[in-house]
This record gives sequence, C-alpha cells and structure tokens, in this order.
Amino acid sequence: MDNRQKEIDNLKDYKYGFTTDIENIRAPRGLNEDVIKFISNIKKEPQWMLDFRLKAYERFKQLKEPDWQKPKYPKIDYQDLYYYSAPKSMKDKPKNLDDLDPKLLETYKKLGIPLQEQKRLNGIAVDAVFDSVSVATTFREELTKQGIIFCPISEAIQNHPELVKKYLGSVIPLTDHFFATLNSAVFTDGSFAYIPQGVRCPMELSTYFRINASNTGQFERTLIVADKGSYVSYLEGCTAPMRDENQLHAANVELVALDDAEIKYSTVQNWYPGDKDGKGGIYNFVTKRGLCKGKNSKISWTQVETGSAITWKYPSCILKGDNSVGEFYSIAITNNHQKADTGTKMIHLGKNTKSKIISKGISAGFSDMTYRGLVDISSKATNSNNYTQCDSLLMGNKCGAHTVPYIKNKNSESNIAHEATTSKISEEQLHYCQQRGLSAEEAVGLIVNGFCKEVLQQLPMEFAVEAQKLVGISLEGSVG
Amino acid sequence: MKEQLQKDFDNTIGNLTLSQKDIEIKKFYLDNFINKGFPNRKEEDWKFSDLNQIIKKNIGELSFHNDYTSTNKVDTSVFVDGLEHNKIVFINGRIEKIDFDYEKKDQIEIIDQSETINKFNNNNALSDLNSAFTNKSFKIVVKEGYQLTKPLIIYHTTNSKIWSKNINLRLNFELYKNSSLRLIDLFRDTSEKNFINIFYNFGLKENSILKNYKVDRFENKNIKYSFNNIEQDKNSVSETFILSSGSNFCKNEINCNLNGEYSSAFVNGIFSINNNRHHEIRTIINHLTENTKSYQLIKSVLEDSSRAVYQGKIFVNSKAQKTDGYQLSKAILLNKDSEFNAKPELEIYADDVKCSHGSASGSLNEDSIFYLMSRGLNYQQSRELLINGFLLDVVEKITDPEVKNLIKNMIGIKE
Repeated sequence: MDNRQKEIDNLKDYKYGFTTDIENIRAPRGLNEDVIKFISNIKKEPQWMLDFRLKAYERFKQLKEPDWQKPKYPKIDYQDLYYYSAPKSMKDKPKNLDDLDPKLLETYKKLGIPLQEQKRLNGIAVDAVFDSVSVATTFREELTKQGIIFCPISEAIQNHPELVKKYLGSVIPLTDHFFATLNSAVFTDGSFAYIPQGVRCPMELSTYFRINASNTGQFERTLIVADKGSYVSYLEGCTAPMRDENQLHAANVELVALDDAEIKYSTVQNWYPGDKDGKGGIYNFVTKRGLCKGKNSKISWTQVETGSAITWKYPSCILKGDNSVGEFYSIAITNNHQKADTGTKMIHLGKNTKSKIISKGISAGFSDMTYRGLVDISSKATNSNNYTQCDSLLMGNKCGAHTVPYIKNKNSESNIAHEATTSKISEEQLHYCQQRGLSAEEAVGLIVNGFCKEVLQQLPMEFAVEAQKLVGISLEGSVG
Repeated sequence: MKEQLQKDFDNTIGNLTLSQKDIEIKKFYLDNFINKGFPNRKEEDWKFSDLNQIIKKNIGELSFHNDYTSTNKVDTSVFVDGLEHNKIVFINGRIEKIDFDYEKKDQIEIIDQSETINKFNNNNALSDLNSAFTNKSFKIVVKEGYQLTKPLIIYHTTNSKIWSKNINLRLNFELYKNSSLRLIDLFRDTSEKNFINIFYNFGLKENSILKNYKVDRFENKNIKYSFNNIEQDKNSVSETFILSSGSNFCKNEINCNLNGEYSSAFVNGIFSINNNRHHEIRTIINHLTENTKSYQLIKSVLEDSSRAVYQGKIFVNSKAQKTDGYQLSKAILLNKDSEFNAKPELEIYADDVKCSHGSASGSLNEDSIFYLMSRGLNYQQSRELLINGFLLDVVEKITDPEVKNLIKNMIGIKE
C-alpha cells in the first residue's frame, strides 16, 4: 500500500513518468563494430552511411570523455548500454497512422500528443520518436505539396541521399567532441527537414522524443536545411519514464540556413529529472549547432530546460554569412538535485553579423546551475555586435548559480556587451502578491514567470502555454 | 630544461645555509615544478596566455641561478621625487635596501625569513618555482594600531647585467589590528628577456587597511608574473590598483579571501598597451562569510596588435549571505589587430546576495569623436581626450590623494 501511495505521489510530480509495455527489438548490449553494422543493417542503410558511422566509431575510440564541466556524474559504462531499441511492431513500418500499434498511440495521447486527432485539428506537423525510431509523421501530404521534406532521418537517407550526404556532418563534423562523435557512430533516428528555396513553411514542424526502454541510450539526429529565402519554425519536446537508473541522451542537431533563410528552433525539454533525492533521471548531453551559411540568414534558438538530472548543452550559432543573425533565448530551471551546465556559443565569422543572448537561470533546492557561454568575434567579422544578458535567481542557500562567460573580441570595429546579475526573489514582491490573496507558491510562480517573460515571449503559442505551466510545476515545493 | 634546473638549483642551495630538512622541502618544490613545467593553455587559468609558449618565444632557454654575493649600486635617480616615502629596493632580484626612515622603529618589524620555508597557499607551478629558488625573503609586520605616515615604495629594478634569467621574489606582510599600509610597487627595467616571478602574501587583521598600487609603466622586454594573496579579517579593507603597461608580457593575479564580516576588497586596473604586448589580470574574490563586499573595475586601451585578458571570479559560499559583489570590465580596441578576451565569472551558493558583472568591448565611439570635432578639436585630440576620460575613471577610484596625484602625473592623465 505504502509503495503504491509513493508511486502515486511521485507521479504527481512528473506526469510523464509512466512506462509503456511494448515489445522491443534491441541491439545486443554494448558498443562495437558489429552493433553499428547491426543498426545500419536493420535500417537498410546504403554503404556510405555505414562508412560514415564506422569512421566516426574509429574516431570515437581515440577520444577521451571530457571532464571540465561543472556537474560531475558517475562514470558511464558505454559497453553496458543498448544502442538500439525499437518497438517490435515497427519492424515493418506502418504505411499510415491507422496501422500504428494502439499502445503507442495511447502513449502519445498520454503525452498530450494525440497523433490521430492532431492530424485533423491544429496545424502542427509532428514526427514522433519512440526510443530509437521515428514512429509517426503527420501532415506529410500537405507539406509535400510545397516541396517541403519532413520525415524521419532514416527515410531521408533512403529517399534523399544527395541532401543528407551534402549536409550531414557539415555543421557537427565527425571529429567533433566525444558525445557528438558517439552520436555520429550510433545514431538511430531523428527528424529531417528540408525547406526548398523561397518557401515559407505553412505550419510548425515538431518532433516529440520519448525514451521508453530501460538501459537505453537515445541517440537521435536532427538535420534541418533551410534553402535560400525560406523560413521554418521547429519545435522539439522530450519526456521519459521514471527509472531509478540514469539514462543517457546524446543527440546531435544540425541546422543549416542558406542565403536569406531563417530557422527558429524551440525546445521544451522535460526529460525525467530524477526523484527528490536525486536518484535516476536523464543525462541530457546534447550537441546543437546551427550554421548561418548564407548571407542575411538567421538562426534562433529558444529553450526551456526544466527536466533531466544533468543538462549539459550549448546550442550554438556559427555566423559565417555576412549580415547573418544568431539568437539564443533560454530559461533553465533546476530543482531538487538537478544540475545544469548550459549556455551558447556565438561564433562571428562574417561581416556585420549580430547575435543576442538572453539567458535566465533559476535554481532551487539542492540544485546547481551554470551558464557557460562563448562569444567570439574573429578578426574578419567587421562591424559585428553581440549583446548578452544572463540573470540568475536563487531560492535558498543550498543551491548554486554560476556564470562563466568567455568573451573574445579580435575586431576593433565590433562591439560586445555582456551583463549578468544574480539575485533572489525580493520579500516585498512576495509580500505584495500574498497580500492580494495568492499563496506563497503561486506568488513565486508569478514572479518567476515575469522574470522569464522575455524568453517565454519568443516561444510559439502552443509551447508558451506549456512552458509557463512547466515553470510553475518545476518549482513546486521550493518555497516555504 | 630539467638538467638546467637541477644544476642551477644545486648552485643556489650551495650559497645558502639551510638545514637538511629545509633543503628537502626545497627539493620537493623543485620536483613539483619539474613535473608540471611552465603553465600552458591546457590549464584553464592559462587558457588565454600560454606562458610556456611565451617564454619559449621571447626568451628561449632560461637560467635559474642568480649570483647574489656582490652588491649592486643603488641608483638614486630612479627614486620618486616630490613624495616622501619608505623604500625597499630590489636590483636584479637582490634586495639592496630596506629603509623605513619615516616610521617609528618599534612599530615595524622586519623578519628575515630566508632560512625558513613557508608554504604558499596556492598550488600552481609558479609558486613551486618560487619556493624552490627564492633565496631571501622577508616578513614585514606592522604593529597593532600603527599607521605608516608615509607610503612604502618597492623599487623593482633590473639592469642589463642579467639576461635570460629567472628571478623569484617573495615578501610577506602582516598588518595587525587597526594598522594601515600604503604600498607602491614600481617597476623599472633596463634589462631584457628575463622572467620575473613575484609572490606577495598579505595578512590583514581586524580593522586594518592595505592599499597596494602596482605600476608597470616603463617599456621593457621582460616577462612578469605577480601573485597577491590577501587574507582579510573582520572590517579590514584592501585596495589594489594595477597599471599594466610596460612589460612585454605581464600577468597579475589577485586572490582575496574575505574571511571576516564587513571586510571589503577593491581591485581596479588599467591596461594601456601597444605593440605585441600581452597582459592579463586574473582575480579571485572569495566571499566566505556574511556581509562582505567586493568591487572590481578594469579598463583597457589596446593599440597595435596588443592583447589584454581579464579573468575575474566572484565566489560566494553558502554562508556568505548579504554579499555585495560587482565587476566591470571595459575595453577599447584601437587597432584591427588588437584583441580583448574576458572571462568574468560568478560562482554563487547563497541566495541573499547582490552580484553582478558587466563586460563590454569595442571601438571608440565615433559619435563622441564627431561631437568633439564639431567643437573644433582635431581627430587626434578628440581621441586622446576620450581615452583620457575613459582611463581617468579608474584612477579616480584610488582613495589615497597623494598616490592618486603621483600616478596621474606618471601616466600623464589630466583631469
């Protein structure tokens, strides 16, 4: 009885903590060439893709796991993980949504992503990734009419090899850091989007990631290419069941914006953060990088980070094209024993490039939060500008908030401005809200939402509502 | 380098009268240094300034033994005019003169610590090098309640007698309750291509005040590293001003521990560098208890292909509620080849604190130049006026009027 009560209590905190009983096909435990061949084979990949993976694996063997980050974690045994897990019913891919395993559909319904209804109702095209494979993509016909390609990356490898070959690994090279290279070797699925020249994508594209199986690492790969003059807004959401052990999530996301193109990438990351004592939870070690390849291109990252036991990622922009713009808006909230080391890199290479960084960090409980960022204006990036603002809010004296910006200016005609503050919620503000009938928790929620408003405004409507709620939930129990 | 170090070490030890135990300790530091070598960019603290490379490029092979048996003549022309002061004179690393003529003899104690090895609370390769090779070190104690009537100027003079040498200096200062000391470090080098490695240790007791002004203004081709460790008790105040300008490479590090309530630390700095010079200031202010305060202001003017680095860290531990920490760095890049790197860092574990930092870098404001030119100044004058005003801001932070005037005159900043 006690146990059950406990379980229910736990579920109250993290409503996506259920698991789904679906039969899985898994690659043998461990990492070696055979496993990579197994993955490649099961996905019926062409030889060049397998070569790509093996090359990455060769490189991976030489790399050392980095250890400079603030949140330390127990050593991961990379031979003890499953690198591929797929719902059994996916072996022969369903032709349309009606063929989907009803259990899967139910799972996504619980997650608030009813694939079936969504298809008819609101205008968001969804690609759902369950453990290692993409299970469903909606709205495909409509997008195809405009020439937009939006499909699982494994399909893109089959059907659009010329595009994948050209852009895969062009932003995050094979030889990048430890986790990115691991991903290049073993990535299983993810989304691919290509927006042709001059097309403004009529709806938001969205991917929902879900880790279900235990002992599984999720390594997905997302590649978005916006051709000349196009525009796309992309949403990403993530959840995972509650498990006692830590699970690794090491995704790679590559964005390429050609001349005059714009990509807006929004994430609401709500992986399982572990329980109140810091047991379990996801290790979210993700590499996200955008390349403003063409002139006048723009990439904008917006992220709301509330989940994961450890978040360690720096969505970055390489501003290569002249007049290109990079933006980064982030809210990171850590509670209980969560840890986050996140921020961005803005690398200015082209002339007249501009970047803006707004980062809001909130830490409560026993958590630890670090903003780490790099602004690098190279000597050729004449007349470039950067503005950075990072604010941290602390609740209680058991948590930490840190700011570690690296600022490099090699161009005398470029300007960099950086500001950071750390403070707590003022007693007056709390008093004022409570006087007007709000409970202490509601008051904190309200104030924090105000603190984050600058970032929340950047999110697309549907996400903004969810994010606002998440901000409230994540901080529950952090006052009083 | 290893053989050279061993050989020079044996030579140095030979000239000292040390007990077997002390020799063992010095050997231990030597081995530490041999293992670590000069710091390089792989170490986070040296990310922007690879000392190993800089020494290789600018000096080549260093030798570590200095013959201090014969005295050097003190050239009185280097002394500061128009300001009465106490003196300590170093010539080529040899201490030639300690002179507290203006003070009460019984209030200041000078303890020769050459024969005792004291540990330095800093675990880096350069402190190991310093501990292994310093041959004379003194502790200067200011007694309870005594405030020095005149400032103390430490002359760091080198001349062309030395070449490719490593010089290690160490001084310890103890300021007892209610005492105060004004200390000016004045660098004057006519030598070239030496590596000077200076460690200061300050202990500030309750209510004491330390003001340390470091002035490296004269152009020279030496490489300098200077480390100040400051321990502060209740109500004590430390003020550090750094003018970083003359040497080819210079890195100033300040580590300040605010151990007592209501203690405060101020660090102000100016980089004014040209040619290929590469200068760095790194500060770590540790707020370790309640109600402590720190303030940092660093301004840089960079010409030619010079490079300045500022790494500042404010650390607040969970006990240090009501901390007030502030940090601002601003840089003007005057040439397309100049470079400014900053890493202003906050590490905070307490919630009731007020901490902020700001950093800005860019070119001279063209609008301001236009404004001045429209009022009849030429371009050069407008530029100078703006830079003057930009730097004056930092000089004005100096709380001691005598020293403020001295420094203003030295660098030719007008009000």
